[in-house]
Amino acid sequence: MQLIFAALSGIIFGLGLILSGMTNPAKVKGFLDITGLWDPSLAFVMGGAILIGIFAFAIAKKRGETILGENIMLPDNKQIDRKLVIGALIFGAGWGLSGYCPGPAIASLFSAGVQAAIFTAGMLVGIAIYKVFNSRKG
Amino acid sequence: MAIDWAHFTPLASLAGGLLIGLAAAILVLFNGKIAGISGILGGLIASKQAAWRWLFIIGLAISPFIYGLVHSLPSTENQTSLPVLLIAGVLVGIGTTASSGCTSGHGVCGLSRGSLRSLVATISFMSAGFVAVFVVSHLIG
Repeated sequence: MQLIFAALSGIIFGLGLILSGMTNPAKVKGFLDITGLWDPSLAFVMGGAILIGIFAFAIAKKRGETILGENIMLPDNKQIDRKLVIGALIFGAGWGLSGYCPGPAIASLFSAGVQAAIFTAGMLVGIAIYKVFNSRKG
Repeated sequence: MAIDWAHFTPLASLAGGLLIGLAAAILVLFNGKIAGISGILGGLIASKQAAWRWLFIIGLAISPFIYGLVHSLPSTENQTSLPVLLIAGVLVGIGTTASSGCTSGHGVCGLSRGSLRSLVATISFMSAGFVAVFVVSHLIG
């Protein structure tokens, strides 16, 4: 049952990304180009998503368990450290360079030619690099 | 700052955002999980709970074909060269893994939960995105 909802959530997430313009790298760059000709559309994406999200997470927190009766595990990490900030800055640099963040890249993987595939390959390598680096350090 | 009215699509973007919120709501209320794409990707291999992650990612990857059944896909434009895309991908992979989240995990789910940590992450990646586009479009380009 959970697997069906996971697939459904992935599909709806992707439809939202496509409809919103997030899968268009030129539009993402237009949103990030605040000193040039700025396209504020993508602020509405985050606004719309958070509008629903606020209610969903409030209900989740109140219930403590899912509709299917399982525990809800929400992140409890509150630490604001260098890893968080530097990681987010590195992510933002890659996002601005390409116009892709992880969701839209996957939603473009089979429909936007080689560009999304190359980006996704790089992203998976990046995830692996950090995990290896982190496990050796720790 | 000048607004790019020609490309401004507030209604479609808002509607898309509502769908993204709905997807996050389904995942947390039925599965008890956070719809954070970078985290889901990071757990595809060597994770005890890999099955739901694979199904979410497959759903996300096939969504354009489902969209295409109802409506033609919106046109996209990507002028970034392949080497830059590859480097950007590596940066996104490293950065989202180090900071434990991306636009969805921190930007949508984290902010919806009122997480200060996610707010700091979101301000950080947005700022870096602004700077990257400024450098590429206005300093170099």
